[in-house]
Amino acid sequence: MITFDGVTKRYADGTVAVDDLSLEVPDGAITVFVGPSGCGKTTSLRMINRMIDPTEGRVLLDGKDVTTVDPATLRRGIGYVIQQAGLFPHRRIVDNIATVPFLLGWDKKKARDRAMELLERVGLDPKMARRYPYQLSGGQQQRVGVARALAADPPVLLMDEPFSAVDPIVRASLQEELLRLQSELHKTIVFVTHDIDEAVKLGDTVAVLRVGGKLAQVAAPADLLSDPADDFVREFLGRDRGIRRLGFVPAKNLALDPAPEGVTPEGHGTFNPARDSLRAALDAALLSPDGLAVAVDDDGRVLGVVGQAALVGAARG
Amino acid sequence: MNWLIEFFGSAEYWSGDDAIPLRLLQHLEYSFLAFAIAALIAIPLGLLIGHTGRGAVIVVVSANAARALPTLGLLVLVVLLIGVGTLWPVLIPLIALAIPPILVNTYEGIRGADPDLRDAAYGMGLRGSQVLFRALLPVALPLILLGLRLSAITVVATATVAAYVGLGGLGRYIIDGLATKNYAEVFGGAVLVVLLALAVQTGFTLLNRVIVSPGVRQVR
Amino acid sequence: MDEPLVRWDWIARNWDNGGPTSVKVLLENHIVMAFVPVIAGLLIAIPLGLACARYRWLYQPTVGIMNVVYSLPSLALFSILLSVTGLTQTTVIIPLTLFSLAVLIPAVVDGMRSVPDHVRQSAVAMGFQPMRRLTRVELPIAVPVVLAGLRVAAVSSISLVSVGALIGQGGLGYLFIDGWQRQFYTPIVVGIVLVVALALVADLVIIAAQRLLTPWARRRA
Repeated sequence: MITFDGVTKRYADGTVAVDDLSLEVPDGAITVFVGPSGCGKTTSLRMINRMIDPTEGRVLLDGKDVTTVDPATLRRGIGYVIQQAGLFPHRRIVDNIATVPFLLGWDKKKARDRAMELLERVGLDPKMARRYPYQLSGGQQQRVGVARALAADPPVLLMDEPFSAVDPIVRASLQEELLRLQSELHKTIVFVTHDIDEAVKLGDTVAVLRVGGKLAQVAAPADLLSDPADDFVREFLGRDRGIRRLGFVPAKNLALDPAPEGVTPEGHGTFNPARDSLRAALDAALLSPDGLAVAVDDDGRVLGVVGQAALVGAARG
Repeated sequence: MNWLIEFFGSAEYWSGDDAIPLRLLQHLEYSFLAFAIAALIAIPLGLLIGHTGRGAVIVVVSANAARALPTLGLLVLVVLLIGVGTLWPVLIPLIALAIPPILVNTYEGIRGADPDLRDAAYGMGLRGSQVLFRALLPVALPLILLGLRLSAITVVATATVAAYVGLGGLGRYIIDGLATKNYAEVFGGAVLVVLLALAVQTGFTLLNRVIVSPGVRQVR
Repeated sequence: MDEPLVRWDWIARNWDNGGPTSVKVLLENHIVMAFVPVIAGLLIAIPLGLACARYRWLYQPTVGIMNVVYSLPSLALFSILLSVTGLTQTTVIIPLTLFSLAVLIPAVVDGMRSVPDHVRQSAVAMGFQPMRRLTRVELPIAVPVVLAGLRVAAVSSISLVSVGALIGQGGLGYLFIDGWQRQFYTPIVVGIVLVVALALVADLVIIAAQRLLTPWARRRA
């Protein structure tokens, strides 16, 4: 568990980057720091691995003040992913991934084997191992950055706008990949972004910060969307938060009507009640000419249908 | 062409004090001594200044001054002041001229490294010296080598001029030939100096291939 | 050491003594031999640099050749040219022009490459013809990089002229020969100071020119 205890960062010129931040980052979950430029989200993140030290207050990692730990030792136990990946251009991909294991004095073969394992784990072709960073696309480099951060199997992962520099399609696939990895690894992840959509998509908890380094609200994404604490958070979330919130409501509670004669998945929007959200179900209904969303199971068998009126009723909840 | 035949064909230049191999060895000796001492001073200093960011003013000032200083004037002044006799009066100005290119390029190479690379290196738990030697130095290597090359070129050229104040080496042919109006000797000496400069240039190109990581070479 | 570094009376007597070796005449010769190569170099480097920027395949070989040229010792080039052009100023001017080119061609290419692609694209999109785009958009943006190269070329040229004294055409470099032969510090010190001062003035003039030419690039200190 990471705890921010009354943390303030003030610079010599008087600027306050982080103002009296108190926050608990739970283990095994993704906590997202989100906010506009100058809200102190990156500064807060960097105080966890002592890239920056707080002016006042304490950052605790498992109950221990991080400033009492040697920075290099501390950082070797915390994965760190940044926007441009920051790969070592002079080293092959495999050795980039194995950087921290090498630092920790692992046996060369063991470190490289671990790197190869991670390369596949983040969805890259093992052939990439012998390449240099310049030979990879931005999205691939970012995957290597994630693999490198995971190399020594640290319990904590810090990610500073890791997907901001890649195009939307690649970003979406990197986000999916991160969620898939997290479902296997259960790391304690602190993720910084300025993109609220990314925050609600990835976060188990979202902390919204405002300019001047003040914490505006900490909540689960669904709660944040349904219940913004103040005007700043409401505005930051944007206008369509009603519909976005539906993405966090499972569709499994919808009452299904029997499918009328002749209604098939073809020519209709479909959703899977076991996995999809209310938003997906509503979207399916809107895509169907007769306004019926067709519920299907994992094997594509029709379970029933829901009409638009029923969906809107469910959405009002 | 006749001059070349006259020069290289003359027995006078193949034995005794004026033998071409001897003059070449002398030239290499002075140049290498001055270059090596300059590198031993400038590389650590450049790494230190680049890594800590302290003392950058020295670098800028020394770089500008070095370009403006007339080498011939500096040589005759220093040698007159210290007196002839040993090699040192000539080596000192050579070293002084050789330091700035190495210093500036080493400094710029380290300073100019991608900030993300530096950030990532610290973030992964590399210590200060590890960041310098494992992350920044390999990336700065092409620029440092460029500085070493410029410096070596300066030394070889200045060592030629230094023959005027009594240094041996290939410059002797040019200076002595000019004094005695033996233009074959001047021309032959000049050709030898050019060949040496080209050899130095080629040497550094090859060195670059060998010691710079392909991952870094491609980026530039 | 009884001899002082500078004898002021020598300077007073020799600044303008009517002869070919008065300091004033040497200074004038020095200026001619230093600046003709830089200006000639710039005039040649601009078209060549533009060609290299446009036809990328030209760039590597050109830079390779310029690297080699730059590595040639000036005294060697002067000596080789002696057989062609004799003891004239041309013997100094030609090699120095080559050195200037070695600095300026890469500077012009880098300057053209410093034009951001989105600026070039938007100039095309607004209907600038190639020539107009070059003179109105690309060259002005390239000016700071080119002038940075020009500063290096000018300062090096000024300091290298003095080596020409060894072949009898060195402008202020004559003072070094004179001082060495007579074991007399004053001319040497005067020569060094004037060469450095000349380099400094040239540098400042180019910086001033850059500020005038590119008011948008003025950095706040």
